[in-house]
Amino acid sequence: MRRVTNLYRSSVGKKVLMAATGVIFVLFVIGHMYGNLNAFYGPDSFNHYAEFLREMGSPLFMHGQLLWIIRIALVVAVLLHVVPALQLWIMGSRARPVKYAHGLEIEETTIGARTMRWGGLLLLLFVVLHLLHLTVGSIHPEFVPGDAYNNLVVGFQWWPVPIAYIVVMAALCLHLYHGVWSSMQTLGISHPRFNRYRRPIAVIVAAVVFVGFIATPVAVMAGLLALT
Amino acid sequence: MDIILHVWRQKSAADKGGFVRYDAKNVNEHMSFLEMLDTVNEELLEKGEEPIAFEHDCREGICGTCGLVINGSPHGPQRGAATCQLHMRTFKHGDELWIEPWRAKAFPVIKDLVVDRSPLDRIVESAGFISAHTGGVPDANAILIPKENADLAMDAASCIGCGACVAACPNASAMLFTSAKVSHLGLLPQGQPERIARVLKMVGTMDEEGFGGCTNHQECEAACPKEISINFIARLNRDL
Amino acid sequence: MQLDSKIPSGPVQDKWDKHRFELKLVNPANKRKYDVIVVGSGLAGASAAASLAELGYNVKCFCFQDSSRRAHSIAAQGGINAAKNYPNDGDSIWRLFYDTVKGGDYRAREANVYRLAQVSGNIIDQCVAQGVPFAREYGGMLDNRSFGGAQVSRTFYARGQTGQQLLIGAYHALARQVGIGKVKMYARTEMLDVVVEDGRAQGIVVRDLVTGKIESHAAHAVVLGTGGYSNAFFLSTNAKGSNVTATWRAHKRGAAFANPCFTQIHPTCIPASGDYQSKLTLMSESLRNDGRIWVPSGQKDDRDPGGIPESERDYYLERLYPSFGNLTPRDIASRRAKEMVDSGHGVGELHNGVYLDFGEAINRLGRQVISERYGNLFEMYERITGDDPYETPMRIYPAPHYTMGGLWVDYNLESTVPGLFVIGEANFSDHGANRLGASALMQGLADGYFVLPYTIGSYLARLGPIDVASNTAAFHAVETETSDKIKKMLDVNGSRTVDSIHRELGRILWEECGMGRNHAGLKQALEKIPVLRDRFWQDVKVTGRNEDLNQTLEKAGRLADFLEFGELMCYDALQREESCGGHFREEYQTEEGEAKRNDDEFAYVAAWEFTGVGSTPTLHKEPLTFEDVPLSQRSYK
Ligand SMILES: Cc1cc2nc3c(=O)[nH]c(=O)nc-3n(C[C@H](O)[C@H](O)[C@H](O)COP(=O)(O)OP(=O)(O)OC[C@H]3O[C@@H](n4cnc5c(N)ncnc54)[C@H](O)[C@@H]3O)c2cc1C
Ligand code: HEM
Ligand code: HEM
Ligand code: SF4
Ligand code: F3S
Ligand code: FES
Repeated sequence: MRRVTNLYRSSVGKKVLMAATGVIFVLFVIGHMYGNLNAFYGPDSFNHYAEFLREMGSPLFMHGQLLWIIRIALVVAVLLHVVPALQLWIMGSRARPVKYAHGLEIEETTIGARTMRWGGLLLLLFVVLHLLHLTVGSIHPEFVPGDAYNNLVVGFQWWPVPIAYIVVMAALCLHLYHGVWSSMQTLGISHPRFNRYRRPIAVIVAAVVFVGFIATPVAVMAGLLALT
Repeated sequence: MDIILHVWRQKSAADKGGFVRYDAKNVNEHMSFLEMLDTVNEELLEKGEEPIAFEHDCREGICGTCGLVINGSPHGPQRGAATCQLHMRTFKHGDELWIEPWRAKAFPVIKDLVVDRSPLDRIVESAGFISAHTGGVPDANAILIPKENADLAMDAASCIGCGACVAACPNASAMLFTSAKVSHLGLLPQGQPERIARVLKMVGTMDEEGFGGCTNHQECEAACPKEISINFIARLNRDL
Repeated sequence: MQLDSKIPSGPVQDKWDKHRFELKLVNPANKRKYDVIVVGSGLAGASAAASLAELGYNVKCFCFQDSSRRAHSIAAQGGINAAKNYPNDGDSIWRLFYDTVKGGDYRAREANVYRLAQVSGNIIDQCVAQGVPFAREYGGMLDNRSFGGAQVSRTFYARGQTGQQLLIGAYHALARQVGIGKVKMYARTEMLDVVVEDGRAQGIVVRDLVTGKIESHAAHAVVLGTGGYSNAFFLSTNAKGSNVTATWRAHKRGAAFANPCFTQIHPTCIPASGDYQSKLTLMSESLRNDGRIWVPSGQKDDRDPGGIPESERDYYLERLYPSFGNLTPRDIASRRAKEMVDSGHGVGELHNGVYLDFGEAINRLGRQVISERYGNLFEMYERITGDDPYETPMRIYPAPHYTMGGLWVDYNLESTVPGLFVIGEANFSDHGANRLGASALMQGLADGYFVLPYTIGSYLARLGPIDVASNTAAFHAVETETSDKIKKMLDVNGSRTVDSIHRELGRILWEECGMGRNHAGLKQALEKIPVLRDRFWQDVKVTGRNEDLNQTLEKAGRLADFLEFGELMCYDALQREESCGGHFREEYQTEEGEAKRNDDEFAYVAAWEFTGVGSTPTLHKEPLTFEDVPLSQRSYK
């Protein structure tokens, strides 16, 4: 245990934690994206998916149990991801009290890397709203528990909503573009022969997630996904 | 050629400092950047003004003493070169250059362009060595070391401790320097016994000294006059 | 002044072992009662400080750079010698000993040189244990190369950065001791004087380069590892900060200075490109293994080298020295290059260089092989000059590089001031009149790791763990003297910059006491230098104040010492009416223009005693005898 706390106290330990939770997010997001794509197979399959989320794990777990476990896990993960992020952020800015006259010449670092923090916060904000929107439904025009499909389609009727989603997905895409590569670096997944694949992997993950996610809002706007 | 310089002047650590403009007239393209500053200083002296304080010693890119941020690039625009290896032919007539010291909380300015880099020494003092006392060591060929490892260790060991990685890092992190040290010793059989303890102690000191944390911006690698690779950072992370 | 070299009796192979046995030991429990000051954190200083601290002494270590790791040793490129005979090519302690004495043109002490060869092997073991990443073969064994024209491969190297890696090894050992508090490191601190009282060195007076504070440090013994004085020439391959201050001030306090005129001019440096030139850059000697040196047969030939036909090229080294060709020893290669340039065959815009041509080697071995061997050096050259050595030949010219002379020390590395020890390039060393490539790193580490720690113990044991204090009258007197000198420099407020005067001194020494010396020229120099020194004290301009970082003041202080020291170099060169190694007196040469040694009259070490600034120093002679390496003329024909 002390080993762990010591680790956490160090700047590197914080990063490792972020990388680990980051990877969890990546997996979740991919899974989630896959789920969303069910919408294209019609209401039933999508609602089944929503239902499946809740039935998942039975008979071992009762209705919704595993989902709750996952939810809790996610919340914890978010904390373990954001807190060190903020700590590193503070640490970094404290470490350079005086800035350069014309900033640093950019040589290597990517927009992805430089937008991690704000991008991340945006994501945080999004997730909150997003839950109220499509899971809890409190900020949803006419939320019908259980009818995820229609909630989704209705939720996207007013055009600014899907647009906002798409924008956020762009941010997510950037976040992953750096995040996926970065997590490999942080977790020490580095080998002369493997390293040249790290960037491409990040690009692919980021791109797939982006396309996969915006598919639904776009489709709704295009009217491909209509109410039943 | 003529060059316009905006040089950071700061009387002492206490002084707040600011940029002062100097015009370097008919600069010879074969001059090194520091020789250009020498000539500016000679003129200042003739006028009875205090010359610009900047650090240098070997003037051939090996001692790690020199280090200026030129238009936002530590050690200037040329890759894989220290400030003292920079020659005026990389610039052109009429260029306007902003010259600043390394900027980091851990590197307080002492005067003008001179900063205090002793935190790097303290990182090494905390554990950056192999505890071999003088004498009583085995024959040099008693331990065989695969060429690849020796070469890789050498890559890491070629760090000159200039601190440009810190200056270049958006987080002012000393991760590249520390990882180079850790890797140099960690790659050699002699370095194994203390390997884990070494990483923990050195990273601990690094944090205490007030450097930022690394968030993989890779700017350090780009600024490093010895082109030390960030793969060593990954290696450090793994050891930790 | 008495010169007692304290060389042990008996056959040369047994001297060191015998001596080590006879040396008094300090009781382990008492070691912590002794304080030792080590000035310098180069290979010599760092290795000594670390080793002494490991033994239990309390060490204070000083350097003027911002970190001990930046000592000038870091710049050494080529490699370090050791008689390991790993390649099985017939090397041995005896051969290294023999080569060094002969290479030094019979002006070194046999006993010291043999000891150096004896411990050379331990150095490599030590460095490997510290994690120095020497070059290795695929089998995992250490790689060796032949260096500086040696007939055997005994040079260990780490790319082109051997000095850096060795110093980092020593620096790590030092850092370890600093970490556990056995060494107190004083970086950015310049030693300005030695305090000698009751006939022994009691401590030093230093200036904190950041605050300007003048402070005293007392100890049971003082060790100087402050490097060489090549910067007397202003333009040299040494780091800008390298200076003679520490050794010179020690000299003024009674330490004899030996063979000051023995300076080494390195043949393969990049020629100056203009009068703004601040220092010269060395190109590793290894380049001469494949590069061919030539000049155009015609004078002031400004054609592009490629356009000059073979018939009009003079490969003068190959012509004059058929057997050694381009690999003749440093002093010869340098002198011949100077002749070529002086006789109007110089190349480059300023006609101040000779060609080092890889064209033929590239055709023979292919660009690939050449870039593997010299890639980084070629890059370095292109970065500095802007031309590509693969396309056009390099331009090279000799430059001051190493100083064999230094403070006189006995077999225990103790100067003529009891309790003042001198190690590394700072002492007059084991290299005689000329140093072989890759031997300085060896000597620095030998002194620091394996010689001084023994010999200093014997001195301390005899002294006993007496109290030492720096608040005595003696220290205060020296402190005031030092402050006054600084004040004086700041008060001149004249019109000449420090560098302009230093350049002038450099030019005088280079012309009259450089590669070729003669009676008339040296006499002239002895006229000019005092005049220049007066000009300095009347007309130098030192801006700023003492109380903060003041680089102009630092430079001025060092120049003031060079201005006194330069004279001694000339006195020594004048006195030595023979040619040997790096010291070439034009009056004393063979018909073929080779150095003509005079062993009957000059087989001695010239140790000078200080008699006051401007007054002729007194010469003391330590006769040299050669029992194991029979005297013979060097011939590289
Ligand atoms: C470019 C170059 C290449 C070389 N290549 C080789 C090579 O390949 N092989 C080889 O064997 N040799 C080589 N040499 C020679 C060799 O590097 C030096 O002779 C050797 O490193 C000297 O080591 P040192 O410890 O005696 O002195 P240095 O390394 O010069 O250390 C001097 C120390 O003394 C300190 N100091 C000096 N004055 C003061 C003062 N007044 N107060 C406080 N501190 C002071 C400095 O801070 C420094 O720490 C080379 C030299 C040069 C210039
Ligand atoms: C256009 C993109 C997205 C769409 C269309 C979408 C759609 C949905 C829908 C319909 C639900 C409700 C599922 C249910 O309650 O049965 C949901 C839940 C959720 N979504 Fe999204 N989502 C998108 C993007 C994201 C992103 C980028 C994240 C995280 C970074 C995210 C995180 C979540 C979470 C945490 C839940 C709650 C899961 C649960 O606990 O039930 N979503 N999403
Ligand atoms: C919830 C709000 C989030 C915030 C505030 C946030 C913030 C951050 C920050 C600041 C970093 C550090 C980047 C760096 O400096 O290197 C980071 C890294 C990362 N994030 Fe996020 N992020 C969030 C959500 C997410 C999500 C939803 C995912 C995945 C879909 C994710 C995946 C990652 C990954 C993989 C990393 C790389 C970790 C590393 O650098 O080693 N993050 N995040
Ligand atoms: S890693 Fe590179 S930039 Fe950093 S200190 Fe070492 S040499 Fe300088
Ligand atoms: S730039 Fe800084 S963030 Fe890490 S990769 Fe280099 S230390
Ligand atoms: S001055 Fe030594 S590295 Fe630049």
